[in-house]
Amino acid sequence: MSEILVLVEHVDGEIKKVTLELLTLARTLGEPSAVWAGPGCGDAAKAKLAEYGADKIYVADSDEVVNYVVAPKAELLARLVADKSPAAVLVASTIEGKEVAGRLAVKTDSGVITDAVGLGEGFVADQSIFGGGVNVRSRVTKGTPIVAVRPNSTAPVAAAGAGAEEKVEVAPSEAARAAKIVERVKEEKGARPELTEAAIVVSGGRGVGSAENFAIIEKLADSLGAAVGASRAATDAKWYPHQFQVGQTGKTVSPQLYIAAGISGAIQHRAGMQTSKTIIVVNKDPEAPIFEIADFGVVGDLFQVVPQLTEEIEKRK
Amino acid sequence: MNIVVCVKQVPDTATERKLRPDDKTLDRDAVDGVVNELDEYAVEEALRLKEAHGGEVTVLTMGPAKATETIRKALAMGADKAVHLSDDALHGSDALSTSYAMAQALKKIGFDLVILGSESTDARTGVLAAMLAERLGAPQLTLARKVEVNGSAIAIERITDYGYDKVEATLPAVVSVVEKINEPRYPSFKGIMAAKKKPVEALGIADASVDASAVGLAAAYSEVAEFAAAPPRAAGTIVKDEGDGGVKAADFLASKKFI
Ligand SMILES: Cc1cc2nc3c(=O)[nH]c(=O)nc-3n(C[C@H](O)[C@H](O)[C@H](O)COP(=O)(O)OP(=O)(O)OC[C@H]3O[C@@H](n4cnc5c(N)ncnc54)[C@H](O)[C@@H]3O)c2cc1C
Ligand SMILES: Cc1cc2nc3c(=O)[nH]c(=O)nc-3n(C[C@H](O)[C@H](O)[C@H](O)COP(=O)(O)OP(=O)(O)OC[C@H]3O[C@@H](n4cnc5c(N)ncnc54)[C@H](O)[C@@H]3O)c2cc1C
Repeated sequence: MSEILVLVEHVDGEIKKVTLELLTLARTLGEPSAVWAGPGCGDAAKAKLAEYGADKIYVADSDEVVNYVVAPKAELLARLVADKSPAAVLVASTIEGKEVAGRLAVKTDSGVITDAVGLGEGFVADQSIFGGGVNVRSRVTKGTPIVAVRPNSTAPVAAAGAGAEEKVEVAPSEAARAAKIVERVKEEKGARPELTEAAIVVSGGRGVGSAENFAIIEKLADSLGAAVGASRAATDAKWYPHQFQVGQTGKTVSPQLYIAAGISGAIQHRAGMQTSKTIIVVNKDPEAPIFEIADFGVVGDLFQVVPQLTEEIEKRK
Repeated sequence: MNIVVCVKQVPDTATERKLRPDDKTLDRDAVDGVVNELDEYAVEEALRLKEAHGGEVTVLTMGPAKATETIRKALAMGADKAVHLSDDALHGSDALSTSYAMAQALKKIGFDLVILGSESTDARTGVLAAMLAERLGAPQLTLARKVEVNGSAIAIERITDYGYDKVEATLPAVVSVVEKINEPRYPSFKGIMAAKKKPVEALGIADASVDASAVGLAAAYSEVAEFAAAPPRAAGTIVKDEGDGGVKAADFLASKKFI
């Protein structure tokens, strides 16, 4: 079977769930090799990658790879593509993952497919386009297929791989060091699951009314072990930080369950959540367009409905 | 400062967008074209930088003849001139060949700064700025929520999963913007009138030294194998809250085994 490179997404040495999903997917199509860019690939991380099927783990343990915007990661992958001739390269379809994929495609003169929600034999990718209105199956026809796969496209399943480590010496070229990251500013995060990866997302919009009131949304989220999201109206008003914005210019989420409270359902918001498996809506306006995509909707005041729902969930636990 | 803003014409997101059954590309004739939303923010940022530092703002659009409408909109906002890269040979270009053709055009125009939106509303690949940076060998300053230029130094705040990164580089550079960066102005009546007289240079692929065999549908690096309208979502259950809306929602969650 042929080798498939999977770029590992990690934060502070922790592997993100989407990487385990990509390994699971890669196993159905070949032999996955994990590629770790940057420091922090400890024993626990390596064990986890092996547990989910990584046969090899390429480790480029250097600050240089992560201290510049995107380019060094693309260089690292391009080198591995040249050295190992993999059958495909998979990355997470996050805003940064897509940028890595784009540069890698140019470097290796290969086609790229973004926002795949599934991947099958011959690396044929499923895409859901035009706000979920059209389903497309597409594939790369030149070079090494580079596919950016959305988080939550498949369930991660463990199946041990050899997990053999191979160190990769890297020294990013001068061109790759042109945009230097001089500071990383972490805005509040909390203990909740990461927005794009969460199985359940609870989002609040303009209807929530204030930053303090977001506590109602957070309580519901916590009762379900969910991530919190927000509409642009809520992030623009600074009720919730921007990295929690769901939509066209925020995060694209595709959880098992999406609960929208006080959100009207503008096309730009829907673009970021329309592929959610189940959608619940709470809105006082029965004409709000978000009801069109709701599996279950309550026409009512969120200040009544949401706390009652939270209480009910706690009761039934 | 010589600023080039990349402005894409996209179908109005409020209309139903379709793929053409014949060659499986986006049916751009069937729908009204508008300026890609984020590109208005890119134009606005270019205008603000010009106002602060002097220079000139050029709009670059690659697209069919019809795209002149949206070029005029960008000019009406205040851009000085435009280059319209248009050629039948470009129809059906994927991200690879689009970035190649646009990089060639940019080399011809010359630039200190290229500004793009971070994503289009039609294809949404979000790769173009990164690809241009790669092709032009210029620093990639993408996903910016803030841009500051000081002489030849440029700094941005790049949005990330955890907040933002402060990133520094030297001009010339490629920037892409997110909508947090500014509030785009509306074209004034004066601006709209002035736009009619502003120069729009038509560029064919030969003028931009674009190799015809490297663009268009035939040269694409990927193909749409098949497509179909998504099955409509089954109509949901909508209830009116009569004091028990939360309980009913919990019942629904229980029926779906979420609780
Ligand atoms: C370039 C661009 C990019 C954009 N990107 C995004 C994006 O990424 N994400 C995004 O979300 N938007 C985005 N937007 C904005 C989008 O167009 C909408 O303006 C936005 O989604 C509206 O947010 P909202 O639904 O919270 O607010 P509104 O549209 O004002 O809706 C508020 C809703 O709350 C309901 N409500 C009010 N009070 C209550 C109550 N007490 N109980 C129950 N319901 C109540 C109202 O009935 C209403 O339906 C973008 C726009 C542009 C131009
Ligand atoms: C539904 C759909 C899915 C597609 N999926 C893929 C895919 O997976 N892989 C692939 O290789 N191609 C794909 N394509 C082709 C893709 O549309 C074109 O290659 C396109 O030119 C670049 O993609 P984008 O609009 O997504 O760019 P983005 O990277 O999303 O656009 C970012 C910015 O680039 C600038 N820009 C983009 N295009 C132009 C232009 N023509 N003129 C001026 N400025 C511009 C704008 O500033 C814009 O805000 C897809 C097309 C469609 C319609």
